[in-house]
Amino acid sequence: MSEQLLSVDKLGVDFTRRRTTFTALEEITFSIAEGETVGLVGESGSGKTTIGRSILGLVPPTRGTLTFRGEDITHASRAKRRELSRDMQVVFQDPYTSLNPSLTIEGILAEPLRAQGIDRREAGRRVKELLDRVRLPSDAAGRLPREFSGGQRQRVAIARALALRPRLIVCDEPVSALDLTTQQRVLDLFIEIQRDTGCAYLFVSHDLSVIRHVSHRVIVLNRGKIVESGGVEKVTSDPDDPYTQRLMMSAPLPDPGAQRERREELEKLRVDSERAA
Amino acid sequence: MSTSDKPETTLHRFLANPLALGAAIVLLVIVLCSALAPVLAGADPAFSAIRDAFLAPFSAGHPLGTDSAGRDIWARLLYGGQISLLGALLALVVAALIGIPAGLLAGYYGRWFDSVSVWMANLVQSMPGIVVLLAARAVLGPSIWISMLIFGVILSPGFYRVVRTAVINVRGELYVDAAKVSGLRDSAIIGRHILTVVRGPIIIQASLLLGIALAIQSGLEFLGVGDNSVPSWGNMLNEGFRSIYRAPITLLWPSLAIGLTCAALVIIGNGLRDALEERGLSSARRDRRKNVGTATAAMAALPAVDEAALDEAAPLTRPGVNTADESETIVTAPLADLEFVPEPVWSDSTPLETPEPDPSAVLSVRRLRVGYGSGPHDKTVVHNVSLDVHAGEVLGLVGESGSGKTQTAFAVLGLLPTGGRVTNGSVLFDGEELTTRSRASMRELRGTGIAYIPQEPMSNLDPSFKVGSQLSTPMMRRLGLDKRAARTRALELLDRVGIREPERTYDSYPHEISGGMAQRVLIAGAVSCRPRLLIADEPTTALDVTVQAEVLRLLRELQSEQEMAVILVTHNFGVVADICDRVAVMNKGTIVEQNDVESLFARPRHPYTQTLLGSTLEGGPSRIDLDRAEAEGAHR
Repeated sequence: MSEQLLSVDKLGVDFTRRRTTFTALEEITFSIAEGETVGLVGESGSGKTTIGRSILGLVPPTRGTLTFRGEDITHASRAKRRELSRDMQVVFQDPYTSLNPSLTIEGILAEPLRAQGIDRREAGRRVKELLDRVRLPSDAAGRLPREFSGGQRQRVAIARALALRPRLIVCDEPVSALDLTTQQRVLDLFIEIQRDTGCAYLFVSHDLSVIRHVSHRVIVLNRGKIVESGGVEKVTSDPDDPYTQRLMMSAPLPDPGAQRERREELEKLRVDSERAA
Repeated sequence: MSTSDKPETTLHRFLANPLALGAAIVLLVIVLCSALAPVLAGADPAFSAIRDAFLAPFSAGHPLGTDSAGRDIWARLLYGGQISLLGALLALVVAALIGIPAGLLAGYYGRWFDSVSVWMANLVQSMPGIVVLLAARAVLGPSIWISMLIFGVILSPGFYRVVRTAVINVRGELYVDAAKVSGLRDSAIIGRHILTVVRGPIIIQASLLLGIALAIQSGLEFLGVGDNSVPSWGNMLNEGFRSIYRAPITLLWPSLAIGLTCAALVIIGNGLRDALEERGLSSARRDRRKNVGTATAAMAALPAVDEAALDEAAPLTRPGVNTADESETIVTAPLADLEFVPEPVWSDSTPLETPEPDPSAVLSVRRLRVGYGSGPHDKTVVHNVSLDVHAGEVLGLVGESGSGKTQTAFAVLGLLPTGGRVTNGSVLFDGEELTTRSRASMRELRGTGIAYIPQEPMSNLDPSFKVGSQLSTPMMRRLGLDKRAARTRALELLDRVGIREPERTYDSYPHEISGGMAQRVLIAGAVSCRPRLLIADEPTTALDVTVQAEVLRLLRELQSEQEMAVILVTHNFGVVADICDRVAVMNKGTIVEQNDVESLFARPRHPYTQTLLGSTLEGGPSRIDLDRAEAEGAHR
């Protein structure tokens, strides 16, 4: 776990629209080692999704550098990006729009394989393997995405990400559209895959409990800046930063007694911050 | 929504539309006749016999008669069809060759090419087409092919705009991003993912443009600026018009041919649009709404419960670590097994469900059944649901998607989506039966007696009205307040729900406020008429967690202030623990367990409740714990 897979150094992203510039990210610095999960947690507008998208080359960085396996990929060309796709993949939040509704599951899964020049027969064999890997029945290959539930579609999306045996998968809120029991099983699948393949995850979520379940290290974002980062135990149970504290205390516990205490603590936090202001 | 397994194809749907089918047949006949002109005509269209001028239809050898030069009209009509249709087709092909690639490139890449091409399209469209064609004729001579070539250029913005818009819509879809990350070349992305989506609009546009090209071409020739050495429908029209007093019927045939062809093309275009609409652009979005969304009829009628069961064929054994006792491992039962334990579990403290409605409750529901559709396709989404809510009490209705929790809430509100109805049972509100009330009297009750807070605050505020008027209008109607009093009351309420600058929010449009603010506004609206019962459907699901905590605090305060009975529909056990007094757990349309909140969390009895509680991650083991447990497991 010591070798750095990805280093993000002072990353900044600006969006310009109708001549007004909005700074989405500022001074983002962190790294991901081989085989580890780094959790990125924040609320809407915190910039957590933008970090993932700029690593994937879907949003151009305005400032800073991205280094992947010792190579500067900040402004990688399209050709270079195509090469990188073997090592870097993505699972998006919404399993309903991340799969093309008019392609079969086989068509979706074979796409990255075929793009890398793997022949049809070999791709077909890999597709079966992948379906098995994410525990979907092999007859799923010929069906369309709309025949599957949210959890199953997310499994298809995971299989697509795994197709090229990447070293890093950016997971952008991959379980937030799923039901409780489905969510847990998909998370456990992520963990199992990581144990088996040794790939690293950048796991983006708004939910601290999800982040706690899958991440080794956690980064907390607020309004485009990192407010706290560290080991999962520390950040998710005894955070130093007031915003992280508020984030943790705001999530209600599924236990009436414990939640009553948490609510009182949150109230105290609120009163304190109002007094400070 | 089709319930059959076999997906209907676009072609099937098109052919099922009688009007479109008729139009397609008419067009086919016209095209075939023109194509087979040498066989069918029986005469040379250019052969002129002055002696035979103006023969009436059905004369010997001339089925439609002859024109002023004694030429056979039937032959001219058939050969003219060739020229006219090919001319229109030429314009279409030129327009498509320019418009479609330009639209694809502009839509997909944007930037400078987009700006330049939009500007060009505007320029071309602002030029008067007829004038350009007249000028071209003056310079280049009267050739139908040249004028249709030029007209194709003039039509190209039609394709360009349609394609560009469609591409811009699909470009932002996540599956296009996923394809980029998968390492696909742009050409492959456009070919596989983009072209499939824009195919439909292109076909529709083509049928419309073909009609326009034909009409303009005929119009030009009718004006006499065409090449009158070739037979074409426009030239025949011109001919016929010149002899309108001697033989008006000669005008009829070309008019009929042009009119029928254009009408057929328009009807085919519409038919195609209807047929494609089922699975066009928005199908992914529609699906999503069906499955994840709130209570739509679509969701309820979908076999969502089957999906949930089907979904997790994977084993559910979760080696979790109990926080209380590190050595104990919880292994929850696979969902499928739950089918064998359908016995609902009822309460320690709440007495066993009484068959008779509880007169002391604000709301007393007994054996409620909600169904969709009728006949062999009907589907019951809520079975035998019984529950009571007393004044000052918060009842949590918990379940996963498709559990029927929202359907139950909507049945109480009398707001079941189209097709849904209460098929059995009773809903007593303050001792009064609601299921038999008329729509109008239910409308009276909503807002004053029963209020509702939705899941998506933004989509429940009308974007074209200011927040203030949306708050004060119902109060003027319901409470009979005048404008000023309603405004004062609305401002008080906004202040009460914790909005810092009530005046400013009052004068804002919904898009100017945040999601959390919008939910506060809706809560203010819901409690404005002091309802006895408040039904909140996932009121905090769309909100950030810090905002959720504030909204829950607000709800708790308002509820105790006004002694309201509250039904809170949610999937989040944390929210239940935070605010509810009693809980009903729903699965597959039935309540499987009902208890007071302390007992339910302390001693969940039904296996389904246990599974759900076992799946909550809040307060569970961290990744470090999980890895440690795994390592220990591997050692053993």
